[in-house]
This record gives sequence, C-alpha cells and structure tokens, in this order.
Amino acid sequence: MTPVVKLLAQRIALGLLLLFLVSILIFVGTLILPGDVAQSILGQSATPEALANLRQDLGLNEPALTRYFDWLFGVFQGDLGTALTSGQDIAESLGARFRNTLFLAFWAAIIAVPLAVFLGLLAVRYRDRWPDKLISAVTLASISLPEFLIGYLLMFFLGVKLRWFPSTAIGYRPDADVFTRLEAIALPVAVLTLVVLAHMMRMTRAAILNVMQSAYIETAELKGLSTFRVIWKHAFPNSIAPIVNVVMLNLAYLVVGVVVVEVVFVYPGMGQYLVDHVSKRDVPVVQACGLIFAAVYIGLNMLADVISILANPRLRHPK
Amino acid sequence: MKSQLSYYAGRVTAGLTSRREFLGRAAALGVTAAAANTFLAQTARAQEPQMGGTIRVGMQGGATTDSLDPALAANATATAVSRLWGEPLLELAPHGGIEYKLAESYEASADAKTWTFKIRSGVEFSNGQPLTADDVLRTMERHSGEDTKSGALGIMRGISSMRTEGETFIIELDAPNADLPYLLTDYHLMIQPDGGFDDPAAGIGTGPYVMSEVDMGVRFVAEKNPNYWGDLGYADTLEYIVINDNTARVAALQSGQVDMILRVPPRTAGLIARAPGITVHQTSGPGHYVFIMHCNTAPFDNNDVRLALKYGINREEMLEKILFGYGSVGNDTPINASYPLYTEMEQRSFDPDKAKFHFDKAGDAGQILLRTSENSFPGAPDAAALFQQSLATAGISLDVEREPNDGYWSEVWNVQPFCTSYWGGRPTQDQMYSTAYLSTADWNDTRFFNEQFDQMLVAARGELDEAKRTQMYADMGKIVSDEGGLICPMFNDWVDATSDRVAGWVEDYKGFDLMNYYAPMKMWVVG
Repeated sequence: MTPVVKLLAQRIALGLLLLFLVSILIFVGTLILPGDVAQSILGQSATPEALANLRQDLGLNEPALTRYFDWLFGVFQGDLGTALTSGQDIAESLGARFRNTLFLAFWAAIIAVPLAVFLGLLAVRYRDRWPDKLISAVTLASISLPEFLIGYLLMFFLGVKLRWFPSTAIGYRPDADVFTRLEAIALPVAVLTLVVLAHMMRMTRAAILNVMQSAYIETAELKGLSTFRVIWKHAFPNSIAPIVNVVMLNLAYLVVGVVVVEVVFVYPGMGQYLVDHVSKRDVPVVQACGLIFAAVYIGLNMLADVISILANPRLRHPK
Repeated sequence: MKSQLSYYAGRVTAGLTSRREFLGRAAALGVTAAAANTFLAQTARAQEPQMGGTIRVGMQGGATTDSLDPALAANATATAVSRLWGEPLLELAPHGGIEYKLAESYEASADAKTWTFKIRSGVEFSNGQPLTADDVLRTMERHSGEDTKSGALGIMRGISSMRTEGETFIIELDAPNADLPYLLTDYHLMIQPDGGFDDPAAGIGTGPYVMSEVDMGVRFVAEKNPNYWGDLGYADTLEYIVINDNTARVAALQSGQVDMILRVPPRTAGLIARAPGITVHQTSGPGHYVFIMHCNTAPFDNNDVRLALKYGINREEMLEKILFGYGSVGNDTPINASYPLYTEMEQRSFDPDKAKFHFDKAGDAGQILLRTSENSFPGAPDAAALFQQSLATAGISLDVEREPNDGYWSEVWNVQPFCTSYWGGRPTQDQMYSTAYLSTADWNDTRFFNEQFDQMLVAARGELDEAKRTQMYADMGKIVSDEGGLICPMFNDWVDATSDRVAGWVEDYKGFDLMNYYAPMKMWVVG
C-alpha cells in the first residue's frame, strides 16, 4: 500500500499549494475591482469626510502586501479575522452560513446522486427506446435552462399556483425542526437536483455503454444473465471511476455553485453572504469564502481521484 | 365572486362607492340585498383597527453587511428597521407638515437661527432608562463630530452650537434655516441613550417595537414595546424579511408568505394588481430618474448642447415604456408636486426641431457619450436606448456605453460628464437643492455653478414669509430647468403591494415607500 500512501500525500500537498495560490488570486481580484470598501459601505450618500474617517478606521491606508500577509498569518493560526463592514467575527458568522449551505447541498445530493445513477442504468437498459429518449430529453432540457429560470418556474407553478411548497425559503430557520427546514428548502433542492441530474446521468450512461462493448459483457450475456444483472454486477463496477469523478464534480458544484439558487430563494447560505460582501469589497470575508469554496472543490476532486485509484486495480498496483 | 364583492365593499367603506351602488353591484353578482348588507357590515368591521397578530413584510435593499447603527443606515431595510426601535425628534406628517415624536413642541427665533425643542417627558428607552434632553444632545453630537461616519453629517454641518436647558434642547445655526424641522426628520437621527456612543448598534431606543431577533440581511423580528408612550403599532409582532430578488418578493406575497412588499417592479405591477387578494398601491413621491451632464465639461459646458438634449428626450414615451405609467413626467428640475412649496411651470416637451436648432447653434459638439448601468435606475439601459432613438429623429447621434453595476457609484456617477442616475428626493426644496445644486455641494453631480442661484437658495432658507419663499423657489426651478445640467424625464412612483390579510393602508403618504415605512405599524391584521 506504500505507493498509495505516497500518492495520497502528493495529492494533499498539491491541494494545499493550490489553496495558497487561490488565496493570492482572490486577493488580487478584490484589488482590481473598482471602488473601495469605504466607498461601497457608504454608497451614493458618502461625504468626503465620512469616507476618509471610515478608510482610516478600516486600515485601508496600509499597503496591500502588508494587509495580505497579516491575513495569511492569521489564517495559519485559525483566525479568519473580522468583517470590515460589520465588525463581526468571520469564522463565527461564516460557520453558521456554511452549515446552512451544507444542509441544502446534502439533501440535494441525497436525491440527485442515486436518482442520476438509477436513471443512467435505466437508460442503458432501455437504450435507444422511449425510456432512454424520455430521460435524455427531460434531463437535457433541465440543464439547458438557466437555474434562476427553473427556480422562477417552480416558484410560480408549485409555489404560487398549486401552493404545494413554500415559494421561497424564508421559512428556514437553523433552529427549527427538520421537517420545517426540509419543507422550506423543497423548491431549492428540486432546482439543484434538476441542474446537476443531466450531467451525472449522461456520464453514467456513457461510461456503462463503453464497458458494455467489452468481450466479457458478451460472455456474461451468453451465460444467460438478465440485462439488468449484467449492467449492475459486471458493467457498473468497471465504470465507477468516471462516474465518481462526475459525481464529485457535481457535489462540489452543489456547495460552491448554489449562489444563484440561494439568492433567488432567499436562503441564508454562504452564497448570499458572499455576494453581499463582494459588493461591499469586504476583502477578508471574500477571502475566507473563497478559501472555503476552493477547499471544498479541491477536496472533493482529490477524493474523486483517490476513489478512482482505489477502484482500479491497475492504478492500485502499478508495475 | 367573493373577491369582487369584497372589492366593492372596500370601496364603500373607503367612501369611493355609494351604498346604493354597492347593493346594485351585489345584485348583479347574484347576491341578495340582505346578504350583501351583512357582508358590508363585516367589511366595515374589518376596517376598524384590530390589535394583535403578526405582520410579515418582504423588504428590499438589506444586506448581510448592514448594521443596526442608524448613522450607517443606507438602504430601505436599515431605514425601516430603525423606525421600529427608534424615533427621531420630529417626523414627516402623513400628508405634509411635521409630526411631533420625541420633541413635544418647538419654536424658532424670529431670524430662524435659534431653535428650541421641548423634549417629551415620561418617555423610556427600551433598556428602562428615561429619555432626557442630554440623550438628544449626545445623539446629535455623535452625528456631527469630526470623526463621524454618519450619513446625516451633511445636514448637521450648518449647526454652530447645541446645548440643553432643563428639558429643552437648543440648536444655534450659522445661517438662518426655516427648514430645520424637516432636516431633523432624517432617518439617521434616531435618539439613542447617551447618543449611542457606547454601543451604536444596540438597537435600543424609544420606538414602538423592541427588536427580538436580528439577522442582518436575512430577517428582523420585533415585539411590541409594552412601555411605548404613543399609540403606534397594532400587531404584536412584526417580521421584516429581506427578499432582494424582485420575482421572489412578489411570489412570497402571492403565496401568502408575507403580507406586504415594497418596490413592486412596474413591469409586472399591472399583472399583480389583477391577482385575487392583493392590492397594489401607487404613491407619488420625490424620487426621480435622471440623465446628468457636467455643466463645466465640453461639450456640455455649452448651454445650447444641454438644451438640445433636453428638447430631444421624449418624456411621455419613457414614462410609458420604462415606468409603465407608474410615475409622472419630469421637467428638468428635481422638484415635483410632492414638495411643500411647489409651483407648476410650463412643461418642456419633446421637440426635435428645437433640439436640432440648439444643437446646430452650438456648433461642432463632437460625439456625445452617455454612460449607463442597470443599477443607476431600473431600466436605465433601455431608457438610454430610447433617448438615443429620440435624439436620432433630431439628427443628433448619441453613443451609449453600458457600465457594470459594480463600482458605478464610485467610478461613473459624479465622475463622468454624462451618465444616468437616480435621486430619492428630499422632504423640502431647500434640502434637495442644497444637496445637489448648490455650487459647493458635495454631490453637485451636474457641476452646476450659478452664483445667482446660490444667493437665492441661501436667501430662501432664511425667508419665513411663505409666499415670498414659494416665488423664490419657482424662480430657482426655472434657472435649473433652463440652464442646469439635469435632464429629468420622469418621477417614479413608489409601488407597494399588500395582501388582504392586512388593512389600513393610507393613500398619498409623504416620504419613502410603504407609507414612509410606517405601514407595518399603521396597518393591522384583519380578524
């Protein structure tokens, strides 16, 4: 198992390096954006005196490099700093928002991943017949629509017209019981599911079809096994690597890509939190959010790599 | 049918339809006179204010980055929330004039330079401390100190000294200002214990409600203040929920998740008004959409170019296509009928011939570039395109550049010579003109330097004779309209919507939207 451990160590080191580079990119990005924090906080109603006073208070007169290293030093000590705008501890307020985002992503994943794999298998089983075509058409349609539009459509039909679900997630409270919370996020979960379904389902279908061309599948069929058993027992395990890759990519999307859905449904997750702080140029918060999003993305991709290595005997035992 | 019937019944109780006509309408709907009468009685009862219940409001403008510190309030949500827990000395009365809040009365010296405010006695802050004149003094000091970040700093500048004498609070001004009471209705100037120096964002004041849950940019919950001195507030609990997305806010109202919302997009307001159980309210206010030119930058330093552009804009078309009729046409001044001393003047209309005449007279003005962005006012890029087309009929070509929303207020507005923008307006002419048209104003966003205008503005400020003052403002309006850098095609109405779960809406309320943000307190839950 030594080569595997070595491989893992390499991946993790690479991940950390990437995170560091990402933090520089984010910092530079916030510097390039026009306008500064003081101007953004006070908005159109800023007087020059008020601006100067606020800039002094926020330490914006320090050189950029000093500010970056102060921040980096803090992060190594586990201190994400305080928000420039509200003066709140970032780790604390961000933590609550991150938990909300994870709650939403978790339930979307619980529904979307098994559904996508199952639909993929079903599509292979009935390849080129109407179930396959129907599944493809519906999932392709849902991925082709922008997610805010799907959100508005569900909001209008299921929320306003039929009143099956609350039209926005404003009923969500972190301390409410789980049923209330699930009811509140029903529509956002539905939108997220529709958005990620197609990608995972089509990848599953393609990967399994690829394996289905192999000689050993023909043997299994000749042995007289049922089609579904052939797919589930023989084809699926051999196509795990690409499927896991695409699943992880979509899981990462569920965490970092939900900004639009959170804003549309007024869900108090990290997306809304990030958007508000970007528009106010609150650099420490943007950096903290960016770092967490990058960590999630890099982490899940690393996990996908590791799983595909472990699932593939050729990678597990290199010659 | 029920909704039609209740609509007519509502009109009877509001005095818009006679009882006889109502019975006729009811008969047309197949309802017997007896049943209709019973229904009418029920509706009338629903018009009586009722105590208790919860009112939920879909707000706009709030962000996670906000603070409860009233000095930093800069959007609708922050302003509306500060009205719950806090109170200023004076407030705008619903239909013009001044209403007493924490000042019981006030008087001015004959020269309008010394103002004495009698502070209301027997009022308690929500932390149990009694209100004193010192708290008022300290509050004003916090907003006017050298190092303040307060948005009210601009209006505090004209004060030369402040002091207390027993239960009175006295302001001495540098120069006469007859409008001081209006200035003190500013939403930043919430009176806080010891001026809020210790903890400006504590949310402790004398308001009709007490904050029980504060989640910035998400939700605010307030419970009725049991020790409130006045009679404001019917519902036990008010819940303000920030729903910045227009479609989501409207959907939340339609599906009954909230009882009232503000800033209904004009584009869909007509549709929403037809939905059952929802009433859309249109209130004219001082807010306006503008195209602003810097009067000191070529080619706009030539008044003929400015006049050409003013004649080349089709105001009616813009009102119809951008505001969908939810507004009124402007006349190239920032003042409309919502101001106390307004005088009507001749309406400038779209006239391609005059536009061409002035443009040719100006000689070679070169290519004119207009900068715009969606957040400068809703529909601004479309309005810019309409302007481009109407100018084209006068043979004037206009380039339009779309700027990003992000950074528009710091990089384009008040920086570039010609751009789109909006103004929320102010309660008085003096304040509006002093904020943006005085030569020395920080936000002189049209770079309008006119000595005569400045002199008249200062003179009008100290003039206590209302007729003379009105005439002065009329003359100043003419100067701005004929020589200024402001092209004001339209005034936007506030468009709010309420569900029939709540009642008590007051039409034509002065100030901001949602009845100057008092709707949640002045409306009640229908039984």
